[in-house]
Amino acid sequence: MAELPQLPSRRDFLIGMAGAALVFGFRNDSLAHGAAPVAQSTFEPTIWYSIDRDGIVTVNIIRAEMGQHIGTALARIVADELEVDWRKVRIDEVDSDPRWGYMVTGGSWSVWMTFPVFSRAGAAGRIALIEAGAKLLGIPADQCRARSGAVLGGSRSVSYGEIVARADLRRSFSAEELAKMPIKPASERRLIGHGTDAIDIPAKTNGTARYGIDAAVDGMIFARPKIPPTRNGSRVRSIDDAAAKSVKGYIRSLVLEDPSDTVPGWVMVFASSYPAAIRAADLVKVDWMVGAGATVSEQDVLDHGAKQIADPKGGTLLVDDPSLETAFQSATSTLERTYTTASVLHCQLEPVNALAFEKDGIFEIHAGTQWQSLLLPVLAKALDQPQERIVLRTYALGGGFGRRLNGDYTVPAALAAKALGKPVKMVLTRADDMRFDSFRSPSIQTLRMAFGSGGKVTGMAHHASAGWPTQVMALDQMAKGLHGQLYDPFAISGADHWYTVGAQRVRALSNDLANSAFRPGWLRSVGPGWTNWALESFMDEAAHAAGRDPVAFRLALLDSAGRNAGSAPNSVGGAKRQAAVVRRAAEKAGWGAAVPKDTGLGIATSFGQERAMPTWVACVARVRVDRDSGAVFVEKLMLVVDAGTIVHPDGALAQVEGGALWGLSMALLEGTEFVNGQVKDTNFDTYTPMRIGDVPELDIEFVDSTEAPVGLGEPGTTVVAPAIGNAIFAAVGARLRHLPIRPNTVRQALTQRT
Amino acid sequence: MTTLHINRRAITIDVEENTPLLWVIRDVVGLTGTKFGCGIGLCGACTVHVGGRPTRSCITSVGSVGAAEVTTIEGLDSKGEHPLQRAWIDLQVPQCGYCQSGQIMQAAALLKDFPAPSDQDIDGVMTGNLCRCMTYVRIRKAIKRAAAELRGRADG
Repeated sequence: MAELPQLPSRRDFLIGMAGAALVFGFRNDSLAHGAAPVAQSTFEPTIWYSIDRDGIVTVNIIRAEMGQHIGTALARIVADELEVDWRKVRIDEVDSDPRWGYMVTGGSWSVWMTFPVFSRAGAAGRIALIEAGAKLLGIPADQCRARSGAVLGGSRSVSYGEIVARADLRRSFSAEELAKMPIKPASERRLIGHGTDAIDIPAKTNGTARYGIDAAVDGMIFARPKIPPTRNGSRVRSIDDAAAKSVKGYIRSLVLEDPSDTVPGWVMVFASSYPAAIRAADLVKVDWMVGAGATVSEQDVLDHGAKQIADPKGGTLLVDDPSLETAFQSATSTLERTYTTASVLHCQLEPVNALAFEKDGIFEIHAGTQWQSLLLPVLAKALDQPQERIVLRTYALGGGFGRRLNGDYTVPAALAAKALGKPVKMVLTRADDMRFDSFRSPSIQTLRMAFGSGGKVTGMAHHASAGWPTQVMALDQMAKGLHGQLYDPFAISGADHWYTVGAQRVRALSNDLANSAFRPGWLRSVGPGWTNWALESFMDEAAHAAGRDPVAFRLALLDSAGRNAGSAPNSVGGAKRQAAVVRRAAEKAGWGAAVPKDTGLGIATSFGQERAMPTWVACVARVRVDRDSGAVFVEKLMLVVDAGTIVHPDGALAQVEGGALWGLSMALLEGTEFVNGQVKDTNFDTYTPMRIGDVPELDIEFVDSTEAPVGLGEPGTTVVAPAIGNAIFAAVGARLRHLPIRPNTVRQALTQRT
Repeated sequence: MTTLHINRRAITIDVEENTPLLWVIRDVVGLTGTKFGCGIGLCGACTVHVGGRPTRSCITSVGSVGAAEVTTIEGLDSKGEHPLQRAWIDLQVPQCGYCQSGQIMQAAALLKDFPAPSDQDIDGVMTGNLCRCMTYVRIRKAIKRAAAELRGRADG
């Protein structure tokens, strides 16, 4: 798998006085490792939190707040080890700055990635404060302890604020000391795992939360783009804005020159107000030369993928056991199935937007973004400026879901501000946003299984073709396969599962037709959103082919043998933990008990986002199918999640609630179609994500665990579609192999069956 | 010149009559709690009250508002402590939060019409408000909690 971006953690930890506040940070000058380059010359000591003379602890948060209440979770990690009163903790959502190291919010990584770093940072602060507090108290440090923002010794105490005000706090920790920093045992945790309100929520109930779309500066003008007919390769031949001149407030139109080639063929329409920009853009006529994608449609992408899969050459092998051919040749029976998924739109409710201007030699970009470290070099190229002269100001995101990992929408605002020499606020309408989306690519996958004597599984192959967002947008995050070829780890993850299946092959295929025809994006759960649809539907089909119960079949394969044994610190227990959630979900659901006619239970499981950070999930869906209409009614979703240590329990629950409903929405209600270079749906009249009346009963349970905390933003999404598909089969015997599942395809499947 | 009454204040503005109320509220008056989502009245993020009724401000022209009182999320309660707002915090409803101003304004109107809303009442009235984070389970609970509190007040 790709090396994941790391927080500064391996270098010296510094404590020193800075102004009136005690600051704690890591010196890090070695971030430029492999996947996460940060120019050394611009790196400064990193600062994670400060304590002022009132004892207020301000924790710096470099992760985007997009609904996961990440600031609350991360600050709780520091505060617990620091032994500070939670009421004295504040968070600061910081702007982009090289000193923060690599900035990305995605992959369900934030808590997992930050936990060790913030634990040690908190512990180091606690130790330094105990030492300084002990001196002030005149008591040996080993007779003092910290609790609720004070150092206690004997019957006396001194508050952190007072220590900051009175003591000379200079202490540095070597890398070795830091690695051995005494982290509290789980039994001593006072905040982690305990309930609390999320810090970001009150502002989201009274209109005061500030999103990118709320950013404003004096003298700004408004812009709406004309979205070209193809995402790549469009060129403007001519513009006719005669009709737009009748719009009061219309200023002008401009063809963007983009050295970064992020927005080829873009025309920006400027006006003194946004509604005027909307109207004017409707009236501006642009004649384009179109890119090659103009003749490409959804089925072409799937057909291309089918050809790639049929060709044994090509692609990247992640797993390639040499005995695979033998397993299939000597099999008593084999099973082969192909699964497909349609394009899916992000539809984050805040359309993409950005405010850009130059001030005092610095280009300021005001926008909600998820991957500052990917975006800054792109902006630097577009603006022909060094990265040090560009700053991304931080705002709450009106939905991320992976859309804002790709910060392409900031580029046109920046280019326009530079060209015009004044602040430009660009907002996309919903239709613009959907047409410009970097949507989830269509996918096609073929899975094969070999059975030996007694129905034993002796071999399995998984071939998957889809557009690769990481290849298109973040080449340095690609991973290396067995034979050195690069691949997009996020587009195949999930296929490298924890089942013991004998000889195994996993092959990832980059659908180059998709990659050129549009800009494939990372969308909530990314690869496992389609690989697990195929894998878990296939496991169900395999169980039935072998005459086994789908739960028992899975449990037998989740034996934790060999490569599936797991390892410390992130996957302790391996497949045994996946088996445990499967068993528990089945138990909760009353698996095996009688259900009403045309009602069925379906199970699916996953390890979340990646083997290096498994979140063990199982879901049982209970559905009822109307045989006449083909309509599927999801009555209940039961999920069991083992994410190791849960830092913020209610936030964790909210992520799984939302993630699971995303899974349901994508399974039954969403899905668009790419037609001649454009997505078919451009607003909520025809693109119909779940609404309140579509919500089934939810029963979500977390496994009590003190293992390493892993991710929660996406794993809940990965299991729901296959659980529904399998439940439909259990209910009426119709096997669905395409997402989304529509009533007409259920009817067809019923007909084919009879 | 047009005079609008927003959150009990009279505000005189100079915009064309066909300008959507949403952009006047956000960009002219500067009340940014009301959000832009779809522009065609199908997501509910822009919901405000006009004359006490829930209204999609993205498809409502300023000229059509006349002298009717406009209430935005900022004006729902002077301290931001409407029973719905408190229930939204107690039950930790918002995730990204972008749709929640509209959800709360729609729910405030719902509670006037259905003091003891059933699930069907809630589905019927709230179906026009999309939440992409899918906080629906909590929205439903919070509406019921606020309704119970308001009924308690009325009884008391």
